[in-house]
Amino acid sequence: MIENLFSLTVLVGILASGIRLATPYLFAAIGETFGQRSGVLNLGVEGQMLLGAFAAFYVAITTGNLWLALLVALIVGALMGLAMAFVTVNLHAQQGISGIGFYLFGLGLSDLLFQKMLGTVETVNGFPKIHIPVLSDIPGIGEIFFSQNVLVYIAFALVPIAWFVLNKTTLGLKIRAVGENPDAADSLGVSVARVRYFTIILGGTLSGMAGASLSIALLNVFQQNMTSGLGFIAVALVYFGAWSPWGVMAGSLLFSLVNSLQLWIQVKGVAIPSEIAVMMPYVLTILVLVVTVKRVRAPAALTRPFERES
Amino acid sequence: MKKFGLFLALVLSLLLVLAACGPAATPEPAAEEPAAEEPAAEPFRVAVILPSAINDYAFSQSMYDGLVAIQEEMGGPDNFEFVYSENMFVVDDAAAALRDYASQGFDLVIAHGSQYGSSLQEIAPDFPDVSFAWGTTVDTFGQPNIFAYEAASDEGGYVNGVLAATISTSKIIGLVMPIETGDAKLYVDGFTAGVAATDPNATVSVTYTGSFSDTALAAEAASTHIAAGTDVLSGTSQMVVGAIGKAEEAGVPWFASDANQAPLAPSVIVDSQVYHWEVILKQMIDLINAGTLGGQSFAINLANGGEVIEYNPDYPLPADVKALGDSTVQGIIDGSITISTTAE
Amino acid sequence: MTKLFRSEWASRVIDALLPVFAALAALLVGAVMLWLLKANPMQAYGALWDGAFGSANAFAETLVKATPLLLVALGICISFRGDVINIGGEGQMIVGALAATWVGLAFTNWPGWLVITLSLLAGFAGGALWGGIAGYLKAYFKVNEILSTVMMNAIAVQLMNFLLRGPMIDPDFAERSAKIPESARLPDAFQLPRLAPTRLHLGILIAVVLAFVVYFLLWRTTLGYRIRAVGQNVFASRYAGIKVSRYIVTALLLSGAFAGLAGAIQVFGVNYRMITDGSATGFTGSAGFNGIVAALFGQLHPLLSIPASILFGALLVGANSMQRVVQVPSALVTVLNGVVVVFVVSSEIWRRRRQRQRLAAAGAQAEAKSETDENLRTTEAQP
Repeated sequence: MIENLFSLTVLVGILASGIRLATPYLFAAIGETFGQRSGVLNLGVEGQMLLGAFAAFYVAITTGNLWLALLVALIVGALMGLAMAFVTVNLHAQQGISGIGFYLFGLGLSDLLFQKMLGTVETVNGFPKIHIPVLSDIPGIGEIFFSQNVLVYIAFALVPIAWFVLNKTTLGLKIRAVGENPDAADSLGVSVARVRYFTIILGGTLSGMAGASLSIALLNVFQQNMTSGLGFIAVALVYFGAWSPWGVMAGSLLFSLVNSLQLWIQVKGVAIPSEIAVMMPYVLTILVLVVTVKRVRAPAALTRPFERES
Repeated sequence: MKKFGLFLALVLSLLLVLAACGPAATPEPAAEEPAAEEPAAEPFRVAVILPSAINDYAFSQSMYDGLVAIQEEMGGPDNFEFVYSENMFVVDDAAAALRDYASQGFDLVIAHGSQYGSSLQEIAPDFPDVSFAWGTTVDTFGQPNIFAYEAASDEGGYVNGVLAATISTSKIIGLVMPIETGDAKLYVDGFTAGVAATDPNATVSVTYTGSFSDTALAAEAASTHIAAGTDVLSGTSQMVVGAIGKAEEAGVPWFASDANQAPLAPSVIVDSQVYHWEVILKQMIDLINAGTLGGQSFAINLANGGEVIEYNPDYPLPADVKALGDSTVQGIIDGSITISTTAE
Repeated sequence: MTKLFRSEWASRVIDALLPVFAALAALLVGAVMLWLLKANPMQAYGALWDGAFGSANAFAETLVKATPLLLVALGICISFRGDVINIGGEGQMIVGALAATWVGLAFTNWPGWLVITLSLLAGFAGGALWGGIAGYLKAYFKVNEILSTVMMNAIAVQLMNFLLRGPMIDPDFAERSAKIPESARLPDAFQLPRLAPTRLHLGILIAVVLAFVVYFLLWRTTLGYRIRAVGQNVFASRYAGIKVSRYIVTALLLSGAFAGLAGAIQVFGVNYRMITDGSATGFTGSAGFNGIVAALFGQLHPLLSIPASILFGALLVGANSMQRVVQVPSALVTVLNGVVVVFVVSSEIWRRRRQRQRLAAAGAQAEAKSETDENLRTTEAQP
């Protein structure tokens, strides 16, 4: 019943699970933010996530070393990014469609490797929840903020770092310049290709991390297509966040909090069709964007391959 | 000049289209020839269309395991041969596969998913010598060469519900389900009836993720149930592996369905309702060998051994509760327990 | 002039074949993977070819597969030309199909031709609505269309599941406890006519005719000109007095409409009822997604999209048949599709280079011919 929803347990539950759910979106969407700020749209995030998720899971289950597993996931993501960078930067391939190609590639390959190397669904001991002494004992707050697994903290720590890099460093300036006006950046001696290689590989790496956060921290299993559309939502959230890490965080949290709210609505037996509940995060994300004021426009060179006039 | 290029492309594609319309007048005779009786010697050949992967720990795997079991029983591939197409979640692709298999002279073509029904309805009449089976359903479309099969998943759901209500102390029981239709709904109905019959005060809360594959949301649904005070969980479909992980983390008992999921989380899986499709497949094969190609409807249930409640030996289920489970199974088999699922 | 004509012809033929070569190169990569999986690549590709073109029936299946791809691709040609990235084809197909199915089941006593026409129009309108919402949000609320179309795909799936298990469920199935998310079957009179004793239906001809219509629309009407103008330069268009917002909405509206029609045709031409396994792909077969790929293979040109869709459809159909014959995991088929897409899109660079060379040559030959320039500019596959 609807009145059951208004209680401290529910509120704490929504916040704690919203933060967990937001983690993979954050990793992937921050990576995508870097790419888009430099003018590259990567629709292949989901494929990179799946390969990262499998790599992390496989290493974790065979070696038991979670940090090594994470590292391998990052490398796999970076390699996918490298391939994507070659195709979009050197070959000037149309970005949206090559992303779809990489998505299909990652979707299929992760499944194929899974079938050939593991063959059956198994569970692994992933990153445990960290219980920060004292703080994690605070009722409510403790459960929400101080007893999550380590990747959750890393994801949220990335937000200010990404903001700082983009806005306060020379590297960030170069990235933005390349995304706004590659010709001008080029004439000032910035290597458009090098910057875009960097951001696409970084994006791949973070997507790999997003995958790992699912397979060895939040879910501790690997399954074919386990992301089931999560990577595409992450790309959408970059637009929600208007290419700012803080905005991306707001979008990820909004989407995830509403998602956990709808689960609570179902758990508490509120009489609405389950499909309406499941729709909620998608509808609300659009609605919030409709009613908020948006001043920021897209990076001017987004999706445009750069070719030096000569 | 530009237009010539376009014109060329056009003419080519139009020719392609016309080529398909024109000479296609000969319906393939392929089905006729190889289907002619050739007694014994030849292996019995089965083709199956599966909606998800053969190792999904759920619906598709149960059928795959069933076919493997039959193959072993009948003495290997020399006597029983089967091929499969997995992950045929696109209804349209499945239809093409069905038609293709049918034209290759298989003895039995299985469409393992209720969504394939309307395609089968179209295809089966074109191949009167091939036997088809589809499930889960009871509808043979009145065709003499279609078998229908279903799983009485409400029975296993009922037993699981009885046991869940018995071991729950908080009397709040959570179900993590995919979408609100088909076998999933049947399982929920049976489970709820089992809980209600055992403890009218217990509540069953159900979450649907709106998808069969959203592992992350299913896991979070399980966490949400647990945070809301649930102390027993259950659920179906391939996405629950994440949810089972959450149950294991919190030490909450889990009742499994479709395939034996105990290896996933030995410490919390109480039992699994396991489908043994081989029970009814064998009946179909016998009928086909005797010359009956379809027209009958089958169900796996507790009584015919097609559904088995397999207890997880690693889970410390009290003996009296297990006895209750056994007597419930017995009651359903002998008819002393009837499952009154409130039809909507 | 004749010489130029001839060399340009040769050059164009090479251009047209370039994606085919790229796809063949991708299949070579696939051959290595097949070999690693201990399958015989020759046998596998033989099966792929047979499955797509080997018989009249196989080719009919290819065309059935190509039909929704082509329709979605036509919509994509419009929207991408208008610089609107519509990735909501899946949702638009679903809503179009729902609308068409509703009409088909509501007027069972009416004559077949009338109901089919009305239903296809309803599908067109349903898709237009779903695409139009995204367009309206983009034009007037600055909600990015990638975001809105991704989200609206998910919403459409839930809408479909809700309607097909409740208000639109087949009453026969609703009576039994085992419910299937599907609508009732359409009366036989409402089925799109078959073109041959295969599954090939009228849809392919509708799609091909519409390809001409879209070509005409984009290059022979003011509306098309303005959509393309907005796509090429928003600021210049605004300066020229074009109401940019209106054309953004129109582009997405039309794009969605074609996807919606694709959904309607799937119902009336293939399944004769709306049916799903609870996911978008279960109904659409990912055509809303693959149509984007087909359109870009066709260089965002409505007429080139015809062969592009047929080839892509052949790949999809043939790959499934390959799975059946050599029993490779279906995942390999997905990998293969991915590699083909990446290779084909990467090969574009050589086509563009040649185009630029031609442009330079043409410029030297006849500077005054501004129409050539216009044509060349518009075939640039740069959404």
